[in-house]
Amino acid sequence: MACKDCSNAVLEEARQIVKQVGSEPEKVIPLLQEIQNRHSYLPDNLVEAVAEVMEVPAADIYGVATFYSQFRFTPMGKHLIKVCKGTACHVSGADLLTASISDELGVEEGGTTEDMLFTLETVACLGCCSLAPVVMIDDKVYGKLTSSKVRKIVKEYKNGKH
Amino acid sequence: MENTRVFVGLGSCGIAAGAQDIYDYMETELKPAGTDLEVTSCVGMCYAEPIVEIEYEGERRRYGYVDKKFADELLESVKTGTFPEKNLIAQSDEGKEYLDRQVKIVLKNCGIINPESIDEYLEADGYKALTKCVEEYKPEEVVSIVKDSGLKGRGGAGFLTGLKWSFLAGAKGDYKYLVCNADEGDPGAFMDRSVLEGDPHKVIEGMLIAAYATGAKEGVIYCRAEYPLAIKRLNIAIKAGEEKNFIGDNILGTDFSFHLHVKEGAGAFVCGEETALMASIEGKRGMPRLRPPFPANSGINKSPTNINNVETYGNVPFIILNGAESFNKYAFKNSYGTKVFALAGKIKRGGLIEVPMGLTIREIVTEIGGGTSSGRPVKAVQMGGPAGGCIPERLFDTPIDYDSINETGAIMGSGGMVVMDDSTCMVDVARYFLAFTQNESCGKCTFCRIGTKRMLEILTRITDGKGEMEDLDKLVELAEHISKTSLCGLGQLAPNPVLTTIKYFREEYEAHIKDHKCPAGVCKSLITIQVIPDKCTGCTLCARVCPVSAIEGERKGIHVIDPETCTRCGLCIEACNFDAIEVV
Repeated sequence: MACKDCSNAVLEEARQIVKQVGSEPEKVIPLLQEIQNRHSYLPDNLVEAVAEVMEVPAADIYGVATFYSQFRFTPMGKHLIKVCKGTACHVSGADLLTASISDELGVEEGGTTEDMLFTLETVACLGCCSLAPVVMIDDKVYGKLTSSKVRKIVKEYKNGKH
Repeated sequence: MENTRVFVGLGSCGIAAGAQDIYDYMETELKPAGTDLEVTSCVGMCYAEPIVEIEYEGERRRYGYVDKKFADELLESVKTGTFPEKNLIAQSDEGKEYLDRQVKIVLKNCGIINPESIDEYLEADGYKALTKCVEEYKPEEVVSIVKDSGLKGRGGAGFLTGLKWSFLAGAKGDYKYLVCNADEGDPGAFMDRSVLEGDPHKVIEGMLIAAYATGAKEGVIYCRAEYPLAIKRLNIAIKAGEEKNFIGDNILGTDFSFHLHVKEGAGAFVCGEETALMASIEGKRGMPRLRPPFPANSGINKSPTNINNVETYGNVPFIILNGAESFNKYAFKNSYGTKVFALAGKIKRGGLIEVPMGLTIREIVTEIGGGTSSGRPVKAVQMGGPAGGCIPERLFDTPIDYDSINETGAIMGSGGMVVMDDSTCMVDVARYFLAFTQNESCGKCTFCRIGTKRMLEILTRITDGKGEMEDLDKLVELAEHISKTSLCGLGQLAPNPVLTTIKYFREEYEAHIKDHKCPAGVCKSLITIQVIPDKCTGCTLCARVCPVSAIEGERKGIHVIDPETCTRCGLCIEACNFDAIEVV
């Protein structure tokens, strides 16, 4: 079960996280959320180190991690763009927003730009249906968008205005 | 001004509409003057966000559409005591149309009190129902009051809440759990979020009463991670409740103890199903399991467990405080009380509404909602999210109650109500929902896993113009198998959006298949985008926004779109200032 690629520093961080969150079986999701909070994704060696500290197979933890859409396995860009795909947004042209952002950034849905500035994702529903279509960038929600408006906003982020 | 209080609605959608900026802006003026500036949450009139309310000499005025310029006017009026007439949304004719048909039980405090202040909740009769329970009623009496009220689970399935509680109360076991399902996953639904953001104490009080009635010791509120503000306000509320001894050991000096915490979901729609939700709370993959055993006998960690939805708990304090009759006087057929809906889509006045059972869909869409936002004819409402269906305009006189909605093939669901006009393609909508459920299927049951995929392939084929008439029979056949052989509601109800659209909008499917036409002009493979020569001014804007350079034309000359290169993305239509580009 020993983690082959885990340096002492990684093991130490794993111990810290487990100590902070807890090691009971029901803590697996909060543990993964804490790892992702710290690193923006789930680095392989840290997940394996946490498994080792908890004395469970890493496969058990990956089984949980891969089930939930919140968790990602590659590093995230500096800004996270989430295009809402809720029903109200869908009938108000959310696909067009995704296409425009994708075109503006040169990255497909789910991808991260080469300069690591943006990750583009879609989300089931942000619950701001009265402002449809909406896009969330980091923790800010932009509503009643058109493709030209969203392009302008993304450009502002590119230029470091936010 | 000492007698003046200013409230800014800071719910998630208000903030998204710019309410936080308005709050910050007004704060710089009002704070030095010593005027109270307070936070409240969503009052439900989402169409008019950002919303500012001013209380002056005992009278409250609610203003909508507040931008910085109008905020200046309001700041000035606070000084002078003369208030503007414009943008008064609650007192206007439009506001009255929106509000008069509503009955607010669950939403009573939303947008009125500060959700982060337990004192304001207490002033609004908060925790009085809990106090009444522990002082005046035995647990079994509480169960019978809730039974008598006729309250049904507001999460969608509509099971009698009092009956469910009696199962937990009667279950064997010392340690019992109570769960609040706040994993609101239906796209197009935001009722639970608004309630949790606007009045978290009411839901907590409902849970405490349930715990008292059933003997539960520990409570978990399972909330979507996409709702950070709701989680924040819940945690503030739980802490304040503990400090005042409403939550914890020996509540209000009795031997009743109940501990409560929030658990963040991690993004899986299937976790709205109760056995999947419990698996997720235990730290496992959120997959449903066979019932029995039912959660009331074997739930979290194999202990007896009861799960109710946010809105269900939110009704309980009112029922206890005012008696079962005050609730079941709102009655239609076998449904009692009110239902909260998130009115969205192509609707003029979208927002959060609470209506008594028996109101018709038409009354909601045309009177409360004011018809379509586009002014185009309304075509259908989608109710119940991915498990629900599309109800056509000709059935809009259907009343809101569980049985009548079920008869249409849709379901009451948790309360999403998305309005569609004639620019919405019903085949595309069916495909949209099926893509959603197919993606969210946990994979446990074969027909849900593979059957939904096959259905999605067929629907995609139809929207691509490559469908055949036999495809419609195949869809119905697959739908029947998926419904019969799936363990949980996700699979059993997944075909609903397809079945209802085939039932009510068969002619649209046939137009896609036989004529290779999308009547609503949505499905990309079946439409052509062209310039209307008479309207084109040759401004070149469309050519500049086209991502594939499919548009050619000289400045001041008529432009032409090359159909071979065009990807029908629609950017040019949105960009054109002269409505000179059309879909045919």
